[in-house]
Amino acid sequence: MVREATNTLQKSVLWDWLTTVDHKKLAVLYLISGTLFFLKAGLMAVFMRIQLMFPMNDFLSGQTFNEFITMHGTIMLFLAATPLLFAFMNYIVPLQIGARDVAFPFVNALGFWLFFFGGLLVSLSWFFGGAPDAGWTSYVPLASRDYGGLGIDFYVLGLQVSGIGTLVSGINFIVTIINMRAPGMTMMRMPLFCWTTLVTSILIVFAFTPLAAGLALLMLDRMFDGMFFIPGEGGNVVIWQHIFWIFGHPEVYILVLPAFGMISEIIPTFSKKRLFGYTAMVFATLIIGFLGFMVWMHHMFTVGIGPIANSVFAIATMIIGIPTGIKIFNWLFTMWGGKLTFNTAMLCASSFVPTFVLGGVTGVMLAMAPVDHLYHDTYFVVAHFHYIILGGIVLGLIGATFYWYPKMFGHKLNETLGKIMFWMFYVGFHLTFFVQHILGLIGMPRRVYTYLEDQGMDTMNMISTIGAFVMSAAIILLVINIVYSAMKSPREGGDPWDGRTLEWATPTPVPEYNFAQTPQVRSLDPLFYEKIHGDGTMKPAEPIGDIHMPNGSIYPFTISLGLFIAGFGFIMLNMENAIISPWIVIAVGGIITFGSMALHSVKEDHGYHISKETVEQMEKEVGTNG
Amino acid sequence: MGENLSQPFEKSSMTPEEIRKINREQRIQTIAFGFMIAITLLAFIAVGADVVPGSFAIPFILGLAGIQLFLQLYYFMHLKDKDHGWPNTFIVSGIVLVIPTIVALMLLIGVTKY
Repeated sequence: MVREATNTLQKSVLWDWLTTVDHKKLAVLYLISGTLFFLKAGLMAVFMRIQLMFPMNDFLSGQTFNEFITMHGTIMLFLAATPLLFAFMNYIVPLQIGARDVAFPFVNALGFWLFFFGGLLVSLSWFFGGAPDAGWTSYVPLASRDYGGLGIDFYVLGLQVSGIGTLVSGINFIVTIINMRAPGMTMMRMPLFCWTTLVTSILIVFAFTPLAAGLALLMLDRMFDGMFFIPGEGGNVVIWQHIFWIFGHPEVYILVLPAFGMISEIIPTFSKKRLFGYTAMVFATLIIGFLGFMVWMHHMFTVGIGPIANSVFAIATMIIGIPTGIKIFNWLFTMWGGKLTFNTAMLCASSFVPTFVLGGVTGVMLAMAPVDHLYHDTYFVVAHFHYIILGGIVLGLIGATFYWYPKMFGHKLNETLGKIMFWMFYVGFHLTFFVQHILGLIGMPRRVYTYLEDQGMDTMNMISTIGAFVMSAAIILLVINIVYSAMKSPREGGDPWDGRTLEWATPTPVPEYNFAQTPQVRSLDPLFYEKIHGDGTMKPAEPIGDIHMPNGSIYPFTISLGLFIAGFGFIMLNMENAIISPWIVIAVGGIITFGSMALHSVKEDHGYHISKETVEQMEKEVGTNG
Repeated sequence: MGENLSQPFEKSSMTPEEIRKINREQRIQTIAFGFMIAITLLAFIAVGADVVPGSFAIPFILGLAGIQLFLQLYYFMHLKDKDHGWPNTFIVSGIVLVIPTIVALMLLIGVTKY
């Protein structure tokens, strides 16, 4: 088939995937690695729930439990949720704005490999004396050189490397969305998923830089005898908390905004209505993004910064409820009076709304600074953010998986299995986390590996663990569904859901240049507009011609590999019996990274062209398919 | 298309009008650069030669720094030019977001309670 015609066919499969700069292939790489990290961190959660099944259980030791809570949080936020969202952003955003690729395909590949090797570095900690154990927030002094073990070094260096990857990907998305839109695709005609991706990317640029700075300071403290966070030598531990949460709070919005975007795509499609209050949705997204930077101190109410500071941040936090409320009502009004189809994607999207409201209500409760002294560090907080993360982000992700799966892989996921999976997940989720609200209110502290008998916590912990089992069964069913559907599901055409946005105007499988001719956009929901007012196909904005494509490159891989080696070298500085001098390892990594960069700069690479004839032939082939 | 890629931009695709514009831009850059060096020197001289009284020195230098920042961003980094709406938005929002950060890291670190 000519689809893989041009340059990719001449490469072996492995070499193709290692060197690819195609946004669609990178999306699949993100999806696979994100899923693997998700399964790993999910397994840790199950182990923790087994430990908490009975009072005074000894399934896990306290140390292992600490390592599990830390790795569960770190992996889920940095290495599972972020790449899974990036997978859909990568695949869908260029298609939705009518672009042939992202603005910087090379940087896109670099972003993926940096994330991958950063994640690998964090995961290596298990083999070198234990994982980080100071919580995903890695508060000093617990994480300082006096108290924290080698695991913290893996946390610091691994997140530093993967953070650079996230940062460059964020910049890439901003440039793509601002510069690469098809003719007629004005900012206010962009699908909401593109808008949330844009705002998320802006948040990434502003939030991951403080994280990088904070991690650098912690690294200086731990490896080079710095004293930023060591009170005995004039440092201040509160500064770490500030820096971490200046990053950490926007990070929550970085994760949840794309999920909002996915929901805002799924609900109109399966309600057969345009999104209610599009403009309000856009501005609510922008306001949430802005306010997300003004509230970080609500994580630090009990630190003792003072009553006025606490009040200001408490009020700022409650204000976020307003734009979020606007969104909730707009989703409800989109569904109201629509012709609803409840398949798995829509089930996830519509049940997202009430679940997210539950998480939001407890959020406002937590925002009240005086009462926060009761909630702080109890299971109430755990229940709250799991309602946001599972009820918000994960439901959004599962919905998006079912919704965009036919575009990405050419066939739908099985609906019967999907619906069973959804109900198991939904019931299991509420079973696990609803009782944790009550557990928190009666005083069960989070991050503690066991509890005593007869304190009224036994039954609820048992219920919570059973819920976790049901939820894991649902995820296993999802994996089974993916394998089953790959074998059994019929091939689908380009537009299986009667979609509204531009990605459904491309044939499936999507050719590597996406659009043979850049489409002319005439309205919000451009494809639906053409279905009603035109002949159902997008009008081209340019004549068919040669298409300029970027060449694949191995340098993203080697640059990231070099940073991985150098990062490991820095960690070796704290190892007691390193086999070779850490400085040699650091030098080797540095040479690989900067050598690859130099080679990439020196070697001219103008890409290649897919000739007009090939494009026409490819279009004919996918036309008969779709 | 490909054969022009190794040529300097001026030769491959610039009109005389555009080259004139670039030259004028260059002149503005040079003047702005000279002015910026001058106010930097002024800051050093003001303190070094005791020209301004000690209590006024800090606001004076901060004022100069403000002018310096404006010149750097708007003249050196072209924010004043047309079609720089997006970079302007990003720089301004960056400054807005960084102010509470700096205030918090200076004041709200648990030493004095506010």
